[in-house]
Amino acid sequence: MSQLEKNLSPEKARKAAKEHKAKNRRVFIKTLFSRKLVLVSSIILVLIILAAILAPVISPYNPNAIAVKERNQSPSAAHLLGTDEYGRDVLSRIIYGSQVSLIVGVLAVAIACVIGTTLGMIAGFFGGFVDDVISRIAEAIRVIPQVVLAIALCAVFGGGIVNMAIILGISNMTVYIRMMRSQVMSIKERDYIMAGRLQGNSNWRLMLRHILPNSVSPIIVTMTQQIGGTILSEAGLSFLGLGISVPTASWGSLVSGGRAYLLSNPVYSLAPGFAIALLVVCLNTVGDGVRDALDPRLRGEV
Amino acid sequence: MSHLLEVRNLVTTFRNEGKEFNAIEGVSLHVDRGEIVGIVGESGSGKSVTMLSSLQLIASPGRVAGGEVYLEGIEQNLLSFGSDSEQMRQIRGGRISMIFQEPMTSLNPVLTVGYQIQENVLLHTDLSQEEAKKRTIEAMKMVNIPDAETRYDYYPQQFSGGMRQRIMIAMAMAPNPDILIADEATTALDVTTQAQLLEMIRRIAKETNTAVIMITHNLGLVARYAERIYVMYGGHMMETADCKSIFHETRHPYTRALLRAIPRLDDPKDRILIPIDGLPPVPSQRPDYCPFYARCEYRCDRCLQHTDAAMKEVLPGHWSSCCLTEEELAAREEELQHKDYGASPERKQSDKLCLDVKDVRKYFPVYKGLLRKKVGEVKAIEDITFFVRQGETLGVVGESGCGKTTLARCIMRMYEPDEGQIIFDGEDVAHRKDNELKAFRPKISMIFQDPFSSLDPRQNAESIVGESLLIHKLVKDRGEYAQRVDDLFRKVGMDPALKDRVAHEFSGGQRQRIGIARALSSNPRMIICDEPISALDVSIQAQIINLLENIQAETGISYIFIAHDLAVVKHISDRILVMYLGRVMEIASCDELYENPLHPYTQALLSAIPVPDPVTEEGREAITIQGEVPSILKRPTGCPFHNRCPQCTELCKKETPALHETRDGHMVACHQY
Amino acid sequence: MVRYILQRLGQTLLVLLIVSFLTYLLVDFLPGDPIAAMTGGEISGETYERLFYEMNMDKPVLVRYFLWLKGAFTGDLGMSQSYHRRVVDVIGERVPVTLYLSVLAFLISVPLGILFGIISAVKRGSAADTAVTLTANVCTCLPQFWLGILFMYIFAMQLGWLPSSGFVWPHENFVLSIRQTIMPLLCLAIGGIASITRQTRSSMLEVIRQDYIRTARSKGLKSKKVIYVHALRNALLPVITLMGLRLGGMIGGSVFVENVFVIPGMGSLLVNAISSVDIPLVQGCVLLIAVFSCVINLITDIVYVYVDPRIKVA
Repeated sequence: MSQLEKNLSPEKARKAAKEHKAKNRRVFIKTLFSRKLVLVSSIILVLIILAAILAPVISPYNPNAIAVKERNQSPSAAHLLGTDEYGRDVLSRIIYGSQVSLIVGVLAVAIACVIGTTLGMIAGFFGGFVDDVISRIAEAIRVIPQVVLAIALCAVFGGGIVNMAIILGISNMTVYIRMMRSQVMSIKERDYIMAGRLQGNSNWRLMLRHILPNSVSPIIVTMTQQIGGTILSEAGLSFLGLGISVPTASWGSLVSGGRAYLLSNPVYSLAPGFAIALLVVCLNTVGDGVRDALDPRLRGEV
Repeated sequence: MSHLLEVRNLVTTFRNEGKEFNAIEGVSLHVDRGEIVGIVGESGSGKSVTMLSSLQLIASPGRVAGGEVYLEGIEQNLLSFGSDSEQMRQIRGGRISMIFQEPMTSLNPVLTVGYQIQENVLLHTDLSQEEAKKRTIEAMKMVNIPDAETRYDYYPQQFSGGMRQRIMIAMAMAPNPDILIADEATTALDVTTQAQLLEMIRRIAKETNTAVIMITHNLGLVARYAERIYVMYGGHMMETADCKSIFHETRHPYTRALLRAIPRLDDPKDRILIPIDGLPPVPSQRPDYCPFYARCEYRCDRCLQHTDAAMKEVLPGHWSSCCLTEEELAAREEELQHKDYGASPERKQSDKLCLDVKDVRKYFPVYKGLLRKKVGEVKAIEDITFFVRQGETLGVVGESGCGKTTLARCIMRMYEPDEGQIIFDGEDVAHRKDNELKAFRPKISMIFQDPFSSLDPRQNAESIVGESLLIHKLVKDRGEYAQRVDDLFRKVGMDPALKDRVAHEFSGGQRQRIGIARALSSNPRMIICDEPISALDVSIQAQIINLLENIQAETGISYIFIAHDLAVVKHISDRILVMYLGRVMEIASCDELYENPLHPYTQALLSAIPVPDPVTEEGREAITIQGEVPSILKRPTGCPFHNRCPQCTELCKKETPALHETRDGHMVACHQY
Repeated sequence: MVRYILQRLGQTLLVLLIVSFLTYLLVDFLPGDPIAAMTGGEISGETYERLFYEMNMDKPVLVRYFLWLKGAFTGDLGMSQSYHRRVVDVIGERVPVTLYLSVLAFLISVPLGILFGIISAVKRGSAADTAVTLTANVCTCLPQFWLGILFMYIFAMQLGWLPSSGFVWPHENFVLSIRQTIMPLLCLAIGGIASITRQTRSSMLEVIRQDYIRTARSKGLKSKKVIYVHALRNALLPVITLMGLRLGGMIGGSVFVENVFVIPGMGSLLVNAISSVDIPLVQGCVLLIAVFSCVINLITDIVYVYVDPRIKVA
């Protein structure tokens, strides 16, 4: 007999199971936010996301409104961070720029994750020739430094938000291929996969019902850790003039645009850069927090 | 009276999720010069923690919270020295050495073994580099490492598990310590290697007058090797006495229960194992009275008031922590004698063959290089021939690399054998294609060794158990499905109400029950049990063995029971097949094999397995064979066992003996017969 | 050993072949008529015809690829359309500058990263650890181009200590050269130091958990000895792999740093090539950077074999 809970009624058991799940979630959230740094980062992150959503409401000016008379102004009460060479309000452009960064970041990570996870799973599961082909191609993509690859892809696809997401998605997908491949190779050897096979599961069912659900944690961890880097790459490409094209406001192009006016209005160039750094630091801190909270080995440690 | 090492009222606490709890509770023990002391207990009983605490090797989040430790020649309590103090470091390794369970991970992979042994010598002696090297090589020779001078410069990964453990022993013994602590030192090794190593430790200890503390979960090992025994449970010391007294004047109910629960090699066929109900207490929820109370068959209300963890002397030199008097225990024992544990279940065997395996061979190709050129073959199994009757249990024993797992996978048709026939239920399935196996799959299933990796962590118990019902469309509708799943849960002794839970919410024993329910779900004719109990605690093993036996009596299912523990295999099987390096060595009925083993390997294997009874042990003839199981890649020519066989002849080196029948169902592959 | 290296060499060559093919294809996919894009469209039909055949546009992709590859082996990567010189010559001028900066930054970041990593792992949980970890975490997130502009603003424009941009070789003007390279080097090295610190710390902490560390402690070794003799060598193995990646990353980072500080290296060349749709130049740059990264990976693997006895045995 089950020694601990003899004759549990089904309703009670179901309730207990539900409570257990809720408790797990609570422990996860508690562990995640028990670090002040993660908590603070999460709050800043939420604020940035809110700013992106509410940009039309909170921006003092239209980010693309050209006012020739008000060109190159230093920070003032009217323009908190000054204006650019076309008289556009820098603060408003920074607020709108958060939209670009977040959309590209999320989209690119999603693209990389879907393609990479699928390829990695196929490579790891079937092994042999299929694995060789996928792995070699992934390795070939990986040996080109990511920035260089993204720049080369920019030349093909051109700029724009969707194209940026595709470019960064492709240049990031090898991370998922590698992660998923090794993940699948280790799960594949476990007895429950063998048991599943013996019960007559088909390969696809094994992959989708048994392997994929058990890889969710590492996938989430990889995604949270990749998104910051992706946003950084987008900003870099826009800085080089290859990413988001004018007149759409993007943090990278703002930094680049302000370079010429560094002496007269340093804030124009430095503030958007600070925004990038802040967003990425927060994303990575939360990402590390999620990893540690999901990894039971690290739970309860400093 | 002073002892070499004396531990008094040791308390160690661990911190988990902000709560502190005691891992061990007022443990006392002592060791005298030159004696071999055994500490037995299940996992989590605190036996390792006790010794690590004495040496202040407990890592965070653990902490030694109280107690005293005295070592001969040192006036002060050892615990009063800092963990990293000069005094403590002199003692660790110098006067008290320790060897650990995992030989594969306990040596530093980037340093040569010579360096690692020599480091210990230099640290604790005044020898020069030169002399220390000499001493190192002597120590390596002492533990029978051939070619010690050359091997000095080898890295740990160039040695097998058994060899690495020898190196650990050499390292521990090189500075001539007073005490050697062997913490499950041979658990991870093959039985024949285990016997060799323990014999060697005993020999060295007696020669050098070193005291040995053997920490193990195996009652048989302490019966064979220890002179005095401590029994631990739930962080408490339960009972201690000299070896014979523990086994023959057993006082503590826990020790008694343990002895009733474990199968022995010399058991009669119909012996019933009496499992200990329930689970060991979780350390953080341990009561302040006797930790065994909840599972004890002798318990009375007085136990609840008894919160003193110390043991009392009940017989001269025999101490027990149980609060019951001798009379009370005897009275209760009398009652228990009449308690009905149920007879050994009646099983019906038919003469019909369930499985007939003929000349099965499976080689694995070895590829190298970019172009995947085939450079060789691993001869996993060869010439395997045997049969299993319907309703019968065939035990398969063998050490690592003997091909048990490959054989199981061939029968399950995870692998396609290169040659041979696998006739299951009258049909040869050996060379069927994957899509032709659909009808075969539900007829045979498997129970796995590791209860933690064999259940999908993301599936709930219901879907684990019911999955094959759906895949093979064995049920008509949801209602029948639910009904069948509930029945399966009850069949393995679990409450169906628990079916919403996921795997990690169950204990090891419960997980194994779910694994059995899964195996039963498609109403198979045969189940292959691959080491189904070796990952479980002793007190849980009997529960699972009994469950398997009852299921067989009920359903007439056949089992192939694979294990390395001959005692368990003998208990559950009708016939036993002994494998070595991919070949069948001997097949015989249980009693025949035990009483009249023919193959020298079988004889050595039987002899290597200790019986938890010191008197029986004394009367047994010890046959130790030399060397270790060779790697499957370097299989000797001729008889695979010839290079370790004491009766090897020229013929054995040249010609592989075929499996032949000597008398009534007793088959052996040896040139002698 | 030799066999392992040969095997790795074979793999590297295969990967390089794939890279070169991908590079060629990629640029071949450029939208629009490459000849028109290159020349700005204002050319006579005759010139167009000549260019068309010069670039083998009449032949299928595979043939063109092999012709290009054959050229690459003989040091001919075609003509740069924007510089009107041979691609090899254009790149040849720029490579040493980028290599100089990247290798220097690499040499700075490896010892510092390992040092900080050890400090923070050994003094785990202390104020020093928190400070190092926090700084490293922040530093891996800073955009290099912004860092460059920030440094430029502070050290060149406000304090006036350093020249704001430009590049000369040390043998041309030693003092100026040093003053000019300080800021670019810092920009390149900070990310490297931070990531090596993080990797060293986490692999140290991983190793400290291992059984053989318990064995070493049970021998009565001093904590210091346990850490420096037994733990460190094992902990540095994964760091070696990271180092190879870092050197590749330095070259990627030079794209930004060279842009900000107006340094005539490969990075700025690549950006120019892309902006002016100079196909042969883009192909040349990417191929060269890929070759370079592959060689680094190969070296990393070989170093690994020498340091890790486990591979030697296998």
